[in-house]
Amino acid sequence: MKARVTVMLKNGVLDPQGEAVRHALGALGFEGVEGVRQGKVIELDLAAGTTEDTVVQMCEKLLANTVIESYAVEMV
Amino acid sequence: MRAAILVFPGSNCDRDLAVAFEKAGAQVSMVWHKDTTLPDGVDIVGIPGGFSYGDYLRCGAIAANSPICGALRSHVERGGFALGICNGFQVLTETRLLPGALRRNANLKYICKPVGLRVETANSAFTAGYEAGQEITIPIAHHDGNYFAAEDTLRALNDQDRVAFRYVDNPNGSVDAIAGVLSENRRVLGMMPHPERMAEPAHGGTDGQAMFRALLDQLATA
Repeated sequence: MKARVTVMLKNGVLDPQGEAVRHALGALGFEGVEGVRQGKVIELDLAAGTTEDTVVQMCEKLLANTVIESYAVEMV
Repeated sequence: MRAAILVFPGSNCDRDLAVAFEKAGAQVSMVWHKDTTLPDGVDIVGIPGGFSYGDYLRCGAIAANSPICGALRSHVERGGFALGICNGFQVLTETRLLPGALRRNANLKYICKPVGLRVETANSAFTAGYEAGQEITIPIAHHDGNYFAAEDTLRALNDQDRVAFRYVDNPNGSVDAIAGVLSENRRVLGMMPHPERMAEPAHGGTDGQAMFRALLDQLATA
């Protein structure tokens, strides 16, 4: 089984990389991009029976810095 | 005074920090990240700059969970002193021994240059050798030094006089131009600028020397 963890900067925390991507898209002529947020996706291969709760603990302890980042766990 | 400098794979300011402590008169030992204990009688732990574990995942995140950081946490919880510089500051925020976090610089650039710092408090063993309000020049060299803390944390830092240094001309977008913060007991300092790189005349300046000398004065009698 797998889990997919998405880590994003929290709303309200300035994302300079997302802003740079937004500017670059505008420079390429793509209009109407009003905001870009850049995050990361972490895929975990897990032994059968690993619970979502365990993955949440992994996020809290290591995968995300909850001072500035939020995370979402998807069991797939 | 006995100082222990932590060495992670990817640390690159560990020897500079050791020399700065030694020149001030400290006995220094280097401690490998896989060790689980600090040498006996250590007064202060130095967490050096560099790119611990290649900055994988987040700067300082893997180091914060390394075996030696368990010993660092116990040392700090016992009231021991710790100084984290650059990547060391990132490690201290990742361990939550200091509040806040360091984000990518606002201009997305790696910045390496001397910057002006204002000493905001002389009330700590680290800053007792400066005057509050004094401006000093110390180099920075980082990509992720953009300090962030939530509003209530910022209020606490200001109310408790725990902002040690502010940038005179904010280079990286740090909230409130914060360059270094102290723990609640004032015994842990994290800062992005490198005082160990401005600690002898050959460095082009000696504004960092006062920190190591003050620590020696304050901790020699402790």
